[in-house]
Parts: sequence; structure tokens; C-alpha cells
Amino acid sequence: MIGTGSASALFRRDMKLAFRRLGESLLPLFFLFTVIVLIPLGVGPGPNLLARMAPGMVWVAALLASLLALEHLFRPDLEDGTLEQWFVGERSVYRRVLARLFSHWLITGLPVILFSPLAAEMLHLPRHALGTLIISLLIGTPALSLLGGLAASLTLSTRGASVLLSILIFPLIVPLVIFATGAVSMAADSLDPSAHLGLLAAFTILSLTLAPIGIAAALRMNLE
Amino acid sequence: MNRLLEAHQLEFHRYGNPVFQPLDIALQAGRAIVLTGPNGVGKTTLLRLLAGILAPVNGTLHHHAPASFVGHLPAVKGDLTCRENLDYERRVGPPGLDLAEALAQVGLAGLGSRPSRALSAGQKRRLGLARLLVRKTPVWLLDEPYASLDDAGCAGVDALINQHLSDGGGVVLATHQRHPRVAPELLDNIVLEAGIVDGGVEETQ
Amino acid sequence: MIVENIWKTLKLWFHKLGSAPSFYNFSKAVAPWLWVGFAVTTAYGIYLALYVVPPDYQQGDSARILYIHVPAAWQAMFIYGVMAILAAIALIWRIRLTEILAMSCAPIGAALTLVCLATGSLWGKPMWGTWWEWDARLTSMLVLLFIYIGIMGLYAAFDDRRKGARIASVLILAGAVNIPIIHFSVEWWNTLHQPATIKLTGESSMDPSMLPPLIWMVISTKLFFGAALLDRARNELLDQDRSKRWVARQVLQAER
Repeated sequence: MIGTGSASALFRRDMKLAFRRLGESLLPLFFLFTVIVLIPLGVGPGPNLLARMAPGMVWVAALLASLLALEHLFRPDLEDGTLEQWFVGERSVYRRVLARLFSHWLITGLPVILFSPLAAEMLHLPRHALGTLIISLLIGTPALSLLGGLAASLTLSTRGASVLLSILIFPLIVPLVIFATGAVSMAADSLDPSAHLGLLAAFTILSLTLAPIGIAAALRMNLE
Repeated sequence: MNRLLEAHQLEFHRYGNPVFQPLDIALQAGRAIVLTGPNGVGKTTLLRLLAGILAPVNGTLHHHAPASFVGHLPAVKGDLTCRENLDYERRVGPPGLDLAEALAQVGLAGLGSRPSRALSAGQKRRLGLARLLVRKTPVWLLDEPYASLDDAGCAGVDALINQHLSDGGGVVLATHQRHPRVAPELLDNIVLEAGIVDGGVEETQ
Repeated sequence: MIVENIWKTLKLWFHKLGSAPSFYNFSKAVAPWLWVGFAVTTAYGIYLALYVVPPDYQQGDSARILYIHVPAAWQAMFIYGVMAILAAIALIWRIRLTEILAMSCAPIGAALTLVCLATGSLWGKPMWGTWWEWDARLTSMLVLLFIYIGIMGLYAAFDDRRKGARIASVLILAGAVNIPIIHFSVEWWNTLHQPATIKLTGESSMDPSMLPPLIWMVISTKLFFGAALLDRARNELLDQDRSKRWVARQVLQAER
């Protein structure tokens, strides 16, 4: 009935709020760096080992960063009553869900992408693989937000939500991690990563089509 | 006879049990429906069903005009100022009064730049009501609108409701204490009592 | 005419079964037989597996554990399929019995997945020397275990069981879409990262003498699923309806 006006208004408000609590919003990015620094401290600074681990490490860091922000994806809105307003008089909250996920991605996925060259350098990822890393992050982090959003919406009104959220999200993102890190590993070995990237893109597109439907259903059920 | 909202044989279950018997409700322009009954009987559930927040187990619901819902929670963001909160509502649309006018009508003039978390309970309630003014929505669904308000505030709510009714809008409101000071010929009453509903709303005339 | 009557009786039967007391009686009557069947087929299957089938050429006697491992794996997957169909019906038509049945499937599936993982680990020890390897099947089963646990955890987190069942059903359907993708991706990952090791499924051509115990064990897992499902669902129904009249009647009947 109302149209994109409400979705873009929601997006503006979300971004306004994110910038108002900038410290909190940048926490995932800081977390990314914690992981990137902690791993070499744990396994030793040997460049060969780090280079082999780099694709997986950057992706695990991206995942953890995304996970941190998932707690705040819907819960604050549930608690102050703004979430139920999405449904007032609306047949479909699809667009608002997409708007919310988009702002989540801007806060978690985009910073990871922007800082990935630095992380790649610190972990000694071969330079020729950097392009593939960035592409894999560009294609894959939206899927992270989509699937994370699904897990967050399912556990929205449960007690002890954060543990459950991590358990739920893990199986959902297994293919994502495999395809993405596989692509970067291939590139690091100077092989063609396009098969992996293609599968990754297909996975993201599938998530984009199906996840918002599940999210909308789960949100409404949790409002009861 | 302009029907703004219609519900047929509406049913809802909680913990597997029906909250009320199948309900028929029709809201007409210029009229108000008042839901009364003790705490916990299902007034809020019914309002949320009518708003579209809850999905009914059975029955149908039709909105013939845009609706606004003011529930227990203020539905404003604490980090944003009053103006910013209302600005968001206005953009959701369709746009109604402008921000300063809306704030003035609910008695929050001059508090536009205050972050809403700094407001008292009564002020938050007023801000929630201001949301109704910045959007042009014929259907108002109000859950305990008088809660946390002083006498002046309650009178203000009545004034808003009466203005809205004479503008051709409709109101469904739930209250367990104060009754709206509205002309009786414009009122329909539904009393919810421990799962039994006494009095439905038929179409009159 | 005949088709109409058949359809009518089917619908009536379906409706009757969907009512709580009828299901309770049905479950009480049928489940014991399924348990008996399970016991018999398991005993026979194990006997065949241990005494009749000759030892494996490469792996000797330790390969016999595949007669538990493989049926358990297949059944764990099958249960998810059944659960997904029940979840879809529960979401679309809101039939309470399908909600209860779907939620009762999850622990059984989780248990079989655990059996599969444990037997897989036991099988691997003599071969690999370690208790765990990132073989494609074991890894997939591990992810499946997480999915089952997630479903059980999500359902348990709600006080309103019907609401919890519906939310968990959304998760079940999300998993249903994801599981084939997971299988494919783990298979892919495994072939890329590991040199060809001895595959857990053994030689691709199975000796015909291996078939009978396998078939009996497969049947036994299905009987196990049926019996356990009926029992779990019956108990869940009893628990949910404990304040209702039909339960009082049933319990009184049992005490007489």
C-alpha cells in the first residue's frame, strides 16, 4: 500500500542510528582485526602457513564480525515496539527486510571488504589472489547478512538467543565458506577460481530469493 | 456508509486455546469502537490482529484505508530526537501534519531536539500519539491511549479523537479505565470478558 | 462413484487420525508391534552381518560396522525428508498433529546421526589411526547433527509449543533447501583438499552377499523410526493436553 517510501525511510533511519552509535557499529571491524592479529600469534608468523590459512582466516573473521552485529539486527526493534509497526496495514514486509539487511551489510560486510587488502597483506596472501578475495567477499558477505538475518529472525524472542543463533547459523553458511575460501585458495595457487565464484554467486542469489521470505514469516511469528 | 476496516469471523489462539469467540468487526468512518474488559482478556491481542501485526488463525481482515497503531510500547527510537522520530513516521506516509504542528498538538512543543530516551513516560506516550498526526491514516488503533497521561493529557487525547472522527476517520481503542469522552451515538462498545465476547459490531443503518 | 467413496473414507480417516484421542489410541496399538519388528529385524540383520557375511578383503572384520553405519546415515537423511514434509504441512494447514510429529522426528534423527558419527569414527580408527577424519560423509553428517540440534534447541526455547513448532518448521524448511547444497559443497571440498583416501563407503561394487544384512538393517532402522516416532508423538500429545478431558479419561481407563 505504501511502497518504497517506507523501505527507504527505514534505511535512512537505520543508517542514522548506526552513525550515532559509531563505536558500536565499528565493533565488528575491530573484531576482524582482533582475529587477524590473534591467529598469527597463535600459530606462529611463518609466512607459508599464514598464506595457506589466509583465505579461511579472512572469511572466518568476516563471519564473526557479521555474527556480532546480528544480535542487534532485530532485537532492539522488538523491544521498543518499532518492529511490530512494520506490519501495521502492510501485506508484505519484504522490502523493509531487505532494507534492514542492506544496512546490516553496509555496517559489517562493507568494512570487511574495504579492509581486506590490509588483512591479506598481514596474512601474506599472495598478491595475485587479492582480487579474488575481494570478489568473493563482495559476492559472499551479502549472503552472510541474509542467512544471519534468517537465524536472527528465528531466535528473536527466545531466551538465550545468542548461543542458539550461532548453532543455527553454522550449517547455513557451510557452503558459503567452502565456495568462497575455495575460490581464494584456487587463486592463490594460480588456478582458475571461476567455478567456485560461480557457485558462490548462485548461492547468494538463492539466499536473496528465499531468505527474506523466511525472515518475514519468522518475524511475524515471533511477534505473537 | 464508509467502511474503513472489516473483520469476519476473526479467531486467534494462544497456547493452543482460543482467546475469544469468532468476531465480526466493521469500523465505519466517523465512528469509534471501544474495547473494554479486565487485564489479560485479549484487548491488546484483538487490536494487534486488527492492525495486521498478528496473523489470525481463522477469518479474514480487510483494510480499506491506511492504519496507524499506537500500542503499549512507544515505538520510537531512543537515540533519535523527537523531530527525527516523527520525520521517519512522516516519510512512511502518507504525510499528514508537519512536525512542529504535531508536536504542538500533543503538548511537546519545544522538545523537538530532545533525544526521545530523555523523555518521561508521559512525554513518550505523547510522542507516540504524535505519530498519529504526522501521517494521514483514517484508521487509528489505540491500545490504552490514556496510560501514563495526566488529566490535561487525557483531555488532549479525547480532543484528538474527536477531531479525527469529525474528519471522517475511525478509531478502535482499548481501555480498561477511562472511557473516551465521545458523543455516545458515535460509539460502539465491545466488552471482552474472560474469553467470552458480549456485543459485536454490526453495520448500523 | 467408487473413487468418490474411497476419497471420502480417506478424508474421514485422515480427520479422525488427526484428532488427539484417535492418534493416542492408534499409537498405543501400533507402536509395540513396530518395536517387536525392530527387535527381530535388528537381531537377524546383526546375526547375518557378524556370522554369515565373509570378512572384507581389505579391512577385515572391522568393516562389519558399516551395517550399522550406512543404514543409520540413510535413515538420518530420510527422517529429515519426512520431517520437512510434515513441517510444510504444519505451516500451510496448521494441523497440530503434524506439528507434534515433525518436532518428534528431530531427536530421532539426531540420535541416528550420532550413531552414524560414532560408528564412522569406530570404523575409521583401525584404518586411519585417528578417531576423526574430515571425510565427506562424516563432515556432512556432523553438519546435519548441528541442524537437528538447532531445530530441537529452537523448539525447546518457546513456552508456547505451537508457536515454537511453527517457527522451528521454518528452520526445517530452510535446512531442507540447504542440505543438498551442503552435501554437494562438502563433497567438492573433500575431493579438492584431500588426496584419494580409502573411502568409507568401500568399494563401489558390492559383493552380493553383503546385501541381505544391509537390507535387514535398513528395514530395522525404518521400524525404529516408526516406533520411536509414534511413542514420542504420543507422549508429547499427552504432555500438551494434560489438562484436557480426554487425557483424564485415557488415564482413568488405563488404571482400571
